[in-house]
Amino acid sequence: MSKIERKANELVFSFPHMGDYHVPIARLLENMFPAGRVLVPPPITKKTIELGSRYSPDFICAPFKFNVGNYIEALEKGANVLIQTGLGCRFGYFGEVQERILQDLGYEFQFFSLARENAKVKNAYQGFRRLGSPHSPAKFLAYVLIAAESIRIMDHFAFIMRERTGFALRPGSFEYLYGCMLEELRQVSTLRELIAIRRQYTDSFSKVEVRRPPDLLRVGIVGELYTLMEPYSNLFIEKELAKHNIVVSRKMSAAFLLFGKNSRKSLKDTGKYMKYWPGANATDSVAQSRRYGRLGYDGIIHMKSYGCTPEINAMPVLHNLGKDYNIPILYLSFDGQTNETGVQTRLEAFVDMLEMRRKTFEKDSLSRGGHRFHFDKGSRS
Amino acid sequence: MDIGSISTKGVVLDQAQQVIAEEYIWTEGNPIAAVKSLLGSLKESLGKLNEDVEVCAVGTTGSARKLAGVMLGADAVKNEITAHGVGTLSRYPDARTIFEIGGQDAKLILINNGVIVDYAMNTLCAAGTGAFLSSQAKRLGIAVEEMGDMALRSLAPAKIAARCTVFAESDMVHKAQSGYRKEDLVAGLCTAVVTNYLNNLGKGKVIQPPVVFQGGVSKNPAVARAFEKETGFPVIVDENSHLMGAIGAAILAQRAAAGKVFDFRAAERTFSTRAYECGGCANQCEVVCFYQDGVLLDTWGNRCPNYDRKKAALVS
Repeated sequence: MSKIERKANELVFSFPHMGDYHVPIARLLENMFPAGRVLVPPPITKKTIELGSRYSPDFICAPFKFNVGNYIEALEKGANVLIQTGLGCRFGYFGEVQERILQDLGYEFQFFSLARENAKVKNAYQGFRRLGSPHSPAKFLAYVLIAAESIRIMDHFAFIMRERTGFALRPGSFEYLYGCMLEELRQVSTLRELIAIRRQYTDSFSKVEVRRPPDLLRVGIVGELYTLMEPYSNLFIEKELAKHNIVVSRKMSAAFLLFGKNSRKSLKDTGKYMKYWPGANATDSVAQSRRYGRLGYDGIIHMKSYGCTPEINAMPVLHNLGKDYNIPILYLSFDGQTNETGVQTRLEAFVDMLEMRRKTFEKDSLSRGGHRFHFDKGSRS
Repeated sequence: MDIGSISTKGVVLDQAQQVIAEEYIWTEGNPIAAVKSLLGSLKESLGKLNEDVEVCAVGTTGSARKLAGVMLGADAVKNEITAHGVGTLSRYPDARTIFEIGGQDAKLILINNGVIVDYAMNTLCAAGTGAFLSSQAKRLGIAVEEMGDMALRSLAPAKIAARCTVFAESDMVHKAQSGYRKEDLVAGLCTAVVTNYLNNLGKGKVIQPPVVFQGGVSKNPAVARAFEKETGFPVIVDENSHLMGAIGAAILAQRAAAGKVFDFRAAERTFSTRAYECGGCANQCEVVCFYQDGVLLDTWGNRCPNYDRKKAALVS
């Protein structure tokens, strides 16, 4: 791997991959550190996960391993400041452990973790200042807002893309548009530009011709956030579903975590199914599944990294929910494996089953009022 | 044809979906050779019939379904779950629950009104499958086929932890060393398979009769009896219980038939495969190339069509 040229004392920032979120994050870092350089880690490959697995505890969740792989590849290319965030499960302590692992491997770098206390606005600002960001609090907030709005726009269109891409008259149209939009977001520096991008792509997305059969199948995807959002870690399951002409709905996204998530509300939305919060996004998985059940979706796919405790807590609840709403749920666990056969067999069988169910029980699903195409407002609702 | 990890099964059905020829052999890690040898024996048994038989459609299932599908130009290539469901429903249209235990995997299929409505399949581990029974049989120095009858002779089955194969094994060794009789140990193992299966796959599922038990392990009467005891329902084991996947594949092929007659000479061709890592982009897909008489027939494993065609076209 070729190493970049680094001037003395130059800061080169890097961070782990998750889906396409490297676009707004890289832009945010460029805005925050005009004197520094941003290095987007090389795309995740088999080598990334091999590296990550070799240097991670065996029983840690797969996202940790992917992160470590990304960090090592970025450090090898010349990065010297690494960024991490955190949430309410083991993820909250990823940073500390990863920093130590990488230090033990002999790399020299600064580690900037935005988990727990550090994630509070005031502390985050001071952290950025310490690393040499020259901006005033107002400017800092403005750049954070731009990044947040970029993420919101991305997720809004990604949601539409997932629902419609299986039906595009010209396959790949949505992916192409989405890619163009990411390139524009990569350059954005004012809120005004963002508004223009949103308007422009609202228009072009609505112009993509789709042909939807009247009896289309709809599947909701719920589960652990990283496995859902990083397609490499779930073996590109959404693409696979789109190939079978299925409407794929997934509410979980970075925008959802940043703006849509409300633990109290999602606990309430689980209805009678949950009384207490079992950690991370377990209540969201149940609340979203219940919603898909009520909307008359044909099936739900629950995905998690192997050993994800909050989602394991959600599973017995989902068993009951699936029974009550008569909606089949496919449970998949991923551990950074690269063999697709097992997942494909289960997925194919799931799709076959949904088709057969639809043919036989069509009347039932109609009577539940779920037959029409439902456009979910995604992060906005 | 049902090409599984351990065994390869083939059937020929007539128009009325009745079996007129069947074969069951070991895959031995070489699905191409297994398919060829299976075709040979099927052709032979068809030759013994008193009439001319034309094969109008071919279906494949099992973990090597894709490979065999390309090899035979199959009309239907289906996953095991659908194939097993369809096969069983053709014999037992009222079935509500299917237990299937094969060499490496185990499935639980729930049916309502003749439609598969839910299923579960074992995940990362082969506990509670045929592989567990055969490895323990080897350890005890008995043939896996004898296990069932031996277990039925037991009056006091040993209690063996069923959660995990490795623990079950140490549990069994401990019991053997402390003086349990062999048939009690074997009976304990058969029960362990059932409890493991029900704990893992049956979690949260409602099991309703009629229950059909199939797959290689269904040939073990002690496992079938343990299922009856645990679930409280009678368990049906068909005489063709080991062939249900193949029967299902054949029926799916019949439905999808393209109207061309299958030529048994396919078995005489030479097939070979080669896997290489594509360096075309950072994804580094493992591309498997499949050749017939030295000509590239198909590739899989590649995420995009831009794999290294020149490399793929070369036969090793």
